[in-house]
Amino acid sequence: MAVEVYRHDVIVVGGGAAGLRAAIAAVEADPKVSVAMVSKVYPMRSHTVSAEGGAAAYVPGSEDSLEKHLYDTVKGSDFLADQDCAEYFVEQATAELTRLEHWGCPWSRNEDGSVATRPFGGMTVPRTWYAADKVGFHMLHALFQHSMRFDRIVRYDENFVTRLLVDDGACRGVVAIDIRSGAMRLFLGRAVILATGGAGKCFPFTTNGTIKTGDGMALAYRAGVGLKDMEFLQYHPTGLPGTGILITEASRGEGGYVINAKGERFLTEEHVKATGNDYGVGKKAELGPRDMISRAEILEIEAGRGLKGPYGEYVLLDLRHLGEAKIMAKLPFVRELAKTYIGVDPVHEPIPIRPVVHYMMGGVDTDIRGATPMPGLYAAGETACVSMNGANRLGSNSLTECLVFGARAGVESVAFSKSSADGNEARLRGEAETEGARIDTLRGRKKGGEKMSVIRHEMQLTMERGCGVYRKQDSMNQAVAEIAPLKGRYADLVLEDTSKVFNTEVLQALELGNMLDVAETIAIAAAARRESRGAHACRDYPTRNDAEFLHHSMMFFTPAGPRLEKKAVTITRFQPEERKY
Amino acid sequence: MANDGSGEMKTRTFVVTRFDPDKDQVPKTQSYQVSCRPEWKVLDALNFIKDEIDPTLSHRWSCRMAVCGSCGMNVNGAPKLTCKTSLSEYGDTVEVAPLANFPVIRDLVIEMDGFMEKFKAVKPWIIVAKEKAVDEGTNRQSPAQLAEFKQFSMCINCMLCYAACPVVAKEPDFLGPAAIALGHRYNMDSRDEGAAQRNEIFRGEGTVFSCSYANECSEVCPKNVDPAAAVNQAKLNSVIDWATSFVVKREK
Repeated sequence: MAVEVYRHDVIVVGGGAAGLRAAIAAVEADPKVSVAMVSKVYPMRSHTVSAEGGAAAYVPGSEDSLEKHLYDTVKGSDFLADQDCAEYFVEQATAELTRLEHWGCPWSRNEDGSVATRPFGGMTVPRTWYAADKVGFHMLHALFQHSMRFDRIVRYDENFVTRLLVDDGACRGVVAIDIRSGAMRLFLGRAVILATGGAGKCFPFTTNGTIKTGDGMALAYRAGVGLKDMEFLQYHPTGLPGTGILITEASRGEGGYVINAKGERFLTEEHVKATGNDYGVGKKAELGPRDMISRAEILEIEAGRGLKGPYGEYVLLDLRHLGEAKIMAKLPFVRELAKTYIGVDPVHEPIPIRPVVHYMMGGVDTDIRGATPMPGLYAAGETACVSMNGANRLGSNSLTECLVFGARAGVESVAFSKSSADGNEARLRGEAETEGARIDTLRGRKKGGEKMSVIRHEMQLTMERGCGVYRKQDSMNQAVAEIAPLKGRYADLVLEDTSKVFNTEVLQALELGNMLDVAETIAIAAAARRESRGAHACRDYPTRNDAEFLHHSMMFFTPAGPRLEKKAVTITRFQPEERKY
Repeated sequence: MANDGSGEMKTRTFVVTRFDPDKDQVPKTQSYQVSCRPEWKVLDALNFIKDEIDPTLSHRWSCRMAVCGSCGMNVNGAPKLTCKTSLSEYGDTVEVAPLANFPVIRDLVIEMDGFMEKFKAVKPWIIVAKEKAVDEGTNRQSPAQLAEFKQFSMCINCMLCYAACPVVAKEPDFLGPAAIALGHRYNMDSRDEGAAQRNEIFRGEGTVFSCSYANECSEVCPKNVDPAAAVNQAKLNSVIDWATSFVVKREK
């Protein structure tokens, strides 16, 4: 079959914050470089758009310091972050957010015209820059619009990458489906940057949009690159029951309360003293880190202090005392979301909330340069695990992470592309043709008897049961045991759509394949970590065990099944200590 | 809580526009019976059809929280963001069609190339004579200066305004509400120095002066961007800009 061939120096897969920042950095690094931006959606649809609360960076002249931001990040990670990477991150954060200000991001302002900041969970001082409560939206649109200045960023919108091309051990390009025509496209380049976001859709109840299917993680994994720390999955404490729609942590940053069915603020020190129910957040109360607050909510519900609803039990986020003026100035989107999606006006009523799958600390193994161990392959943003988030990410660090490591990957990929040779085009074209033939067999495939929505649903329920806020050894083992047969059944999917034009059924099937691979690595890595650290809270092993588990988990694809390895954590400035707030 | 998921299921008929260019000369409709939960949006029903009844249906969506802008469609003849539009607004029959005034690729999926070209045509980025170095820090911008353009920066590019615009319906090349609002957004930003360039674009054919003041764009906007206000302000500013440059030239 015919394959359309496109040649660029650098190929960026994904058009969210990390991908756009990488593309801009690449064309700015060299006036001759040409970048392909290959994304399965138009860039402004990328899931960065849904981030709400803010982006963290030291503000010069404030009470903050790089040292404080670094310490908060490392402590938040439960000491699993690679501290050299976290240090590079805090050093670059201010410059990146400043750049975005120069590029038009409408940051909220203080009266004197300086950029405003707000407190965020696990951060000792206010360092979260914000644009009301639509920060991801504004950052994404500022980046996308700024990227349009560069003719050397050539967009291939609605092109779905199905395979990385490896020649002589190096990544030389990707194969993609042009969704509109169904044609196969071969993108040849000297470096590839994966920036496809996370994989929240492996779970039934998530803040993530439907596009978050772990595509980049699965592509790298199948090409032989390790996935790191996949067991560390962040549950956000404030999701709307039913839809899982995110209610931003900025609600608490601006002073919101988390309360139980009795109307008690169960995270406060006073409440801990009165009841003895210590959730570890200390004086931070509602501004504790996400892992701890999600656990506190589950324990309150288990103790019978939750409320019952049609989508399970929940607790409440109370913003009423903030008043309508402050809510409209700082949290207008929260009000819009609560009114539209759960019928509650937070000016007058508390918002039902429960922990919801939000973010993956783990991802494609990269170093401080955004480089994976495979020459020519880079990753940035949620797709990657650099690792600066360790076992638990602090809210508002991830948007900045997309910029810092997106930019670094962009610059590094250009440097690499200059020193690298082109791949063997005839061989790569042959691989693309083989891949095209594989996709062709999927359209309207009648063999087998499995229905896609059933497999997807079973995978999601398996993952929720096995890898929840609290985990048990037997339920994690169960998840591992259940995913493998689901993969077998996936091979027998029945597909009905025979059309080549905008065939979303085939895309969904490929996405489900990606999710099954990613889900399996999550379950296996979780079952092997017999301790509790950050977001991985295991009831059978309730404490952190540095002697045996102060290491990254690495998952590798092999034809015989996933293989688990360990990788050392880089500790520079801060020795592990008990994580108490 | 009005829409918390409690309450009765209701069966509705969805009359959905179908078009597969591989097979169809012209679009047709197909009906689906769906038992709907009370809190469902229009998009939930489409996703149910896709998952459980007819996997060949093609539609775009992602965030399902009214911010990614993917899922605009015409519902009972009016442009709507389907993830934000409650089924409780409708009766027993709901007609879902692709956004009006756009070519259709397939089923409910419209072609966006023209929109993306218009979007880029207004130079939607900060234009300055000399770029500020990062180590000079951030620009000062007062809350009042921010308020000058903030509303116009809220556009999610859902294109409902193009589907509603009577001018776009007659002149497909009309720059249109969202693109003009975006250009105006940068013109009103205190950090930007590119207004002269954009005003020149706005004074060209098929741009702000083609607008017929129908105000339909602002009425359908799911984000209260008020593109009609942006178009009107842009008209005035582009004329003042022209007149001022003329006066300045004459004085020389």
